[in-house]
Amino acid sequence: MLTKPKWLFPVLALLPILGLYGCIRVYPIVETLRLSLYQWNIISRRKPFVGFANFIELAGDPLFLEAIFNTTIIAFSVVMITIPVGLALAALINSRQGLRRSGFYEASVFLPHVVSLVPAAMAWKWIFDARLGPLNALIGLIAIPAQSWLFDPVLSLLCLIILCSWQAIGYAVLIFLVGLKNVPDALYEAARLDGASSLQAFRYIAVPLLKPVMLYVSVITLISSYNIYAQAFVLASDVQGAPGHLVRVLVLDMLENSFRNYRVGYAAAEAVILLAIVLILTGAQFRLFRDRSRA
Amino acid sequence: MSESDHLAGGAGQSRIAGLVIDAILCAVSLMMLLPLVFLISNAFKTPPELLAWPPTIVPHQPTLENIVSVLRETPLFHWIGNTLIFATLSTVSIVTTSAIAGYVLGKFDLPGFTVIFGIIIATAVVPFEVYMIPLYLNVQSAGLLNTWPGLLVGYLVMSFGIFLVRQYVMASIPDELLEAARVDGAAEGWIFLWIVLPLMRGPLGALAVLAFFQAWTAFAWPLVVMTNKETYTLEVGLALFQTGFTVDIGHLSAAAALALVPSALFFSLMRRNFVRGVASSGLKE
Repeated sequence: MLTKPKWLFPVLALLPILGLYGCIRVYPIVETLRLSLYQWNIISRRKPFVGFANFIELAGDPLFLEAIFNTTIIAFSVVMITIPVGLALAALINSRQGLRRSGFYEASVFLPHVVSLVPAAMAWKWIFDARLGPLNALIGLIAIPAQSWLFDPVLSLLCLIILCSWQAIGYAVLIFLVGLKNVPDALYEAARLDGASSLQAFRYIAVPLLKPVMLYVSVITLISSYNIYAQAFVLASDVQGAPGHLVRVLVLDMLENSFRNYRVGYAAAEAVILLAIVLILTGAQFRLFRDRSRA
Repeated sequence: MSESDHLAGGAGQSRIAGLVIDAILCAVSLMMLLPLVFLISNAFKTPPELLAWPPTIVPHQPTLENIVSVLRETPLFHWIGNTLIFATLSTVSIVTTSAIAGYVLGKFDLPGFTVIFGIIIATAVVPFEVYMIPLYLNVQSAGLLNTWPGLLVGYLVMSFGIFLVRQYVMASIPDELLEAARVDGAAEGWIFLWIVLPLMRGPLGALAVLAFFQAWTAFAWPLVVMTNKETYTLEVGLALFQTGFTVDIGHLSAAAALALVPSALFFSLMRRNFVRGVASSGLKE
């Protein structure tokens, strides 16, 4: 029997996957970077190289600035809500661990994270609806005048923040629960012997130990919020078919530039900025994470 | 574990505190579920009841009218079928490629493998929306718009999947096992199929759920690639349906509820897999 060389199997097994990976991942990413330096309208044959002109134009483009402002507000607000609420809920659920009920709590908090985006957004759209929605009726009970939630530039942002937080909390709780289960019981025992209350034990033992987990969840939530599109698409389209107030988010603006204005290079430059934001956030997480583990 | 639980582990907790916590958690759980409950109950309401205040949770005169007419107006089941096919094919592809690449990168050390893995990790943080446009142009020039291959191109591989399998292989599959099989004269392909693959059931199951979920909720990509009413996925079909000229909350809720219930049931049942997939994502050192 002939002995095959040792490297034959791994190379043969990996090659097709790497080929696929190169074609549908690496190449498009590189192509995005390249296109961002060109001025290319799909309609024209010409593709002049313009260097950073796209980026300079973006810096003065009111629509893009609105998109980046909105997206940033949404992303950071969602994190500000999700992390503390998620942590508190995880702690409470963890304290009822072992009871039949805790499974129900966990499942109902997690459910909004795993239902499809569009039907969930449609559910909220009805809640926010100016004429028929229960939200206006509810605030009417405490004498606040009805608002046109989805047509007001500020309020529609608030609606998106509520919707995205509602979806993100389940994920945060899930991860925090995993983190809480990994805290050694001996530490709590020691704290109790020292006469600490359960709140103190949580505050001074669990929270510091969960810092890296909190960082991880914050970054994941931030990044996924920077990519929101479906939620904005659903909430911003009016039920009567009239264009409602658009909540301009980054991906929406990018797709509009590419598919409505046919400015591919310009949209690619926008994609590069989105990528830069994601990389900065990821880098910041690594840095913070390193400092924490050294401290 | 006993009734005398611990808030985060140890300190004694009185019955009162327990009751308060239960009350808070019950309230929060109901608040989280309420939008979905309303959606489902609205699907069965008559137009006058939809306008009633306060909104009823259980419809007084439940009607199937909304659901029947939605199914008549829209190819909803067709869209669900499209999405099932898309999500299944995507899952099969992602699980297969991740299993093979993860195993090879985790157990073989050839020059360049470290660099290859580095590139895969580097692309893992790049959101799909960033490289969507060049991918779309390629699909377009290949004439694959409105076809299965065109839709699947975006969802055939998952960097995180390769990473997950590699971590697992390095931590849980001993070299001695593979060496013993090699000494017995087993071929590499046979070892992978009959020894390694059965051991990877756990992480692959978790990965399958994540991949299925990712395809099921995909939105931007199917929206631009599939532009015929016949080829829509469920999310896209619904989103475009609700921009149509209808003010009918009953119809909209019925369509959304039909889309929501099966996926909600499936992913709730799969919660454990989600946990496993997430917990093994490098949270533990």
